[in-house]
Amino acid sequence: MQQEVRNRKRKDLIFALAGLFSLVFAICTLLVLVLDLWTTGFGRIDYNFLTSFPSRFPAKAGILSAWVGSLCVMLVTAFVAIPIGIAAGVYLEEYAPKNWLTTIIELNITNLAGIPSITFGLMALGLFVYKLQLGQSILTAGLTLALLILPIIIVTTRESIRAIPGTIREAAYAMGASKWQMIQHHLLPYSAGGIITGVIISLSRAIGETAPLITIGALTFIAFLPTSPILHEAPFISFQWLKDSFTVLPIQMFNWVSRPQAEFHVNAAATGLILLLLTLVMNGIAIAIRYRFRKKIKW
Amino acid sequence: MVEVNPNLQLRAEVKNLSFSYSTEKKVLNSVSMPIYDTKVTALIGPSGCGKTTLLRCFNRMHDLYKVKEYQGEITLYPEQMNILSKDIDPIEVRMRIGMVFQKPNPFPKTIFENVVYGLRVRGVKKTSFIQERCEKALQQAGLWDEVKDRLNSSAQMLSGGQQQRLCIARALATEPEVLLLDEPTSALDPISTAHVEELIIELKKDVTIVIVTHNLHQAARVSDYTAFMYLGDLIEYGPTTKIFTNPADKRTESYITGRFG
Ligand SMILES: Nc1ncnc2c1ncn2[C@@H]1O[C@H](COP(=O)(O)OP(=O)(O)O)[C@@H](O)[C@H]1O
Ligand SMILES: [Mg+2]
Repeated sequence: MQQEVRNRKRKDLIFALAGLFSLVFAICTLLVLVLDLWTTGFGRIDYNFLTSFPSRFPAKAGILSAWVGSLCVMLVTAFVAIPIGIAAGVYLEEYAPKNWLTTIIELNITNLAGIPSITFGLMALGLFVYKLQLGQSILTAGLTLALLILPIIIVTTRESIRAIPGTIREAAYAMGASKWQMIQHHLLPYSAGGIITGVIISLSRAIGETAPLITIGALTFIAFLPTSPILHEAPFISFQWLKDSFTVLPIQMFNWVSRPQAEFHVNAAATGLILLLLTLVMNGIAIAIRYRFRKKIKW
Repeated sequence: MVEVNPNLQLRAEVKNLSFSYSTEKKVLNSVSMPIYDTKVTALIGPSGCGKTTLLRCFNRMHDLYKVKEYQGEITLYPEQMNILSKDIDPIEVRMRIGMVFQKPNPFPKTIFENVVYGLRVRGVKKTSFIQERCEKALQQAGLWDEVKDRLNSSAQMLSGGQQQRLCIARALATEPEVLLLDEPTSALDPISTAHVEELIIELKKDVTIVIVTHNLHQAARVSDYTAFMYLGDLIEYGPTTKIFTNPADKRTESYITGRFG
C-alpha cells in the first residue's frame, strides 16, 4: 500500500520535473534569441537609422521606407479586415441558419487560419496582381494580409460573442429589443474586449509576415516614400499611395541578412529588434485591454 | 374545464394551449385558464411540469430558438388579440408583457442604463421623461433609497437581491400590462425574498402578475389565483384560498400537503 503511494508520488515528481525542464528550455531559447538581437542590434538604433532610406553603405542605411511601408500596409489591412471580420463573425454566430452549409463554412474558416501564409501570397498574386491589376502595391499587400488575418478575427469575434451568457440575450429580447438592437447594445459592447484583443494580436502577426509579400512582388530596395495622402490643393486628399510600391520591415531585414557584409547583419539585427519590440508592445496592449474588460464585466 | 368568473375583468385568457420542444413529447397539454386584471396568478407544480414553458409562451420567448409551434391561443384583453398568432410580431408582444427571470440577469451597464433600457429600445429621447420613469420604477421595486446616490455605478456591484429588484424595476419602467415572474426569489436569501414578496403584493394595484413559484407558502402569501400543473396538464385552477384549503383534485391535495414535489 505505502509502496504503491510512493510509486505514484515518484511519477508525479518525474512529470513535474520534465515539465519544468521543458519550460526552462523554451524560455532560455527565447531569452538567448532576444539577448543576441539586443547586443548586436541595439547600438545601431538611432534617429538616423529611423529616418534614412536603405543605402549601399551599411552605416548610412536606415529603415525609413520600411517602417512607413509597414504602417501603410497595416492601415489597409486593418481598414479591410476589421469590419469584414467582425461582421462575418456576428453573422455566423447570430444570423446564419444552422444547417450543413453553415457548418462547412465554419469548418473552412477554422482551417483557413492554419494555412501557410505563402499560399495566400500565391492566391493574391493571381487575383489582385494579375486579375484585378492592382499592381505590386501597398493596396495589394494590405488586402493580402487582410485575407490572412480575416479568419483569426472571425474566430475571435465568434468566441467573444459566444462567451456572453444566453440569459443576457433573453433579458434584452424580453425588454422588446430587436435582434440588431440586442447585437448593438449588448453583444458588441460586451465582446469588444475580446474582439479588440484578437484584432491586435492578428495585426501583430501580420506585421511580421514576409513570405506572402515577397510572393506578390514586394521590392527589397525602396529609396522613396509613398505619395503623400494630403494635397495642397483641392481635393486635398489623395489615395495615390495605395498604388505605390513598397517594402516592409521584415523584408528589409531579410534583404540585409542575405548580404555578405557583417555591417548589414547589424542593421538586420536592429530591424529585427524593432520588429520584436513592436510585436511585444502590441501584445502587451492586447493583454491590458483584455484585463480591463475582464475586470469591468463579470459573468 | 376552467370557468371564467364574469364579475372580474380579464387581462388574458389561455385557450387550449399545447406546446412541445420536440416532436416526441408534449410539454403543455391543452392548457386553458384565465388571467384576471390586476390580480396575481401563481403557477405551481412539481419540477419539470411545464410552468416555465407556459410562462415563456406569454412573451413568445420560445420564438428565439428553432421554429416552435404553438397550438391554441393566448388572448390578450381588452382588444382580444391572439398573441401567439404568426401575424403578430413577438417584439410587439414583449413591448406589452414584461418578464423577470429566475436568476437575476442585469446588463453589465450602469444601474440607470439597466432601468431605462426598455425606453432606449423604444427610442424614447426625452431626458426628463426617462429620469422620471427611472425613479418611479426604482421606487416601485423598492430599490430607490438604496441606489439613488449611485445610479451611475455598475449594476454588477449590487447584491443578488438588489439585482433581482433591479430586474423588476427594468421590467416595470415601460409600464407593461402583464408582468411575468419566473421563480423570482429562488436565487435569493430569505430577507430579499420577503422584500420581493411585499413588492409583488404592492405592485398588483397597477399591473397583472403571473408568477411561477416552487415555494407553496409564497404562492399562498402573494397570489389571488393559483393554477396547479402536473406533467404538462393543468390539473386545477381556482382562487388561492380554495386551492390551498379545499382542493378538488386528489393530486392537488397531495402536492400542497407535501406528499410529492
Ligand atoms: N429548451 C428545452 N428543450 C427541450 N426540453 C425542454 C426545454 N426546456 C424545458 N424542457 C422540458 O420541458 C419540460 C417542462 O420544463 P419546464 O417548463 O422548465 O418545467 P418547470 O418550470 O415546471 O420546472 C421538462 O420535461 C423539461 O425537461
Ligand atoms: Mg422552471
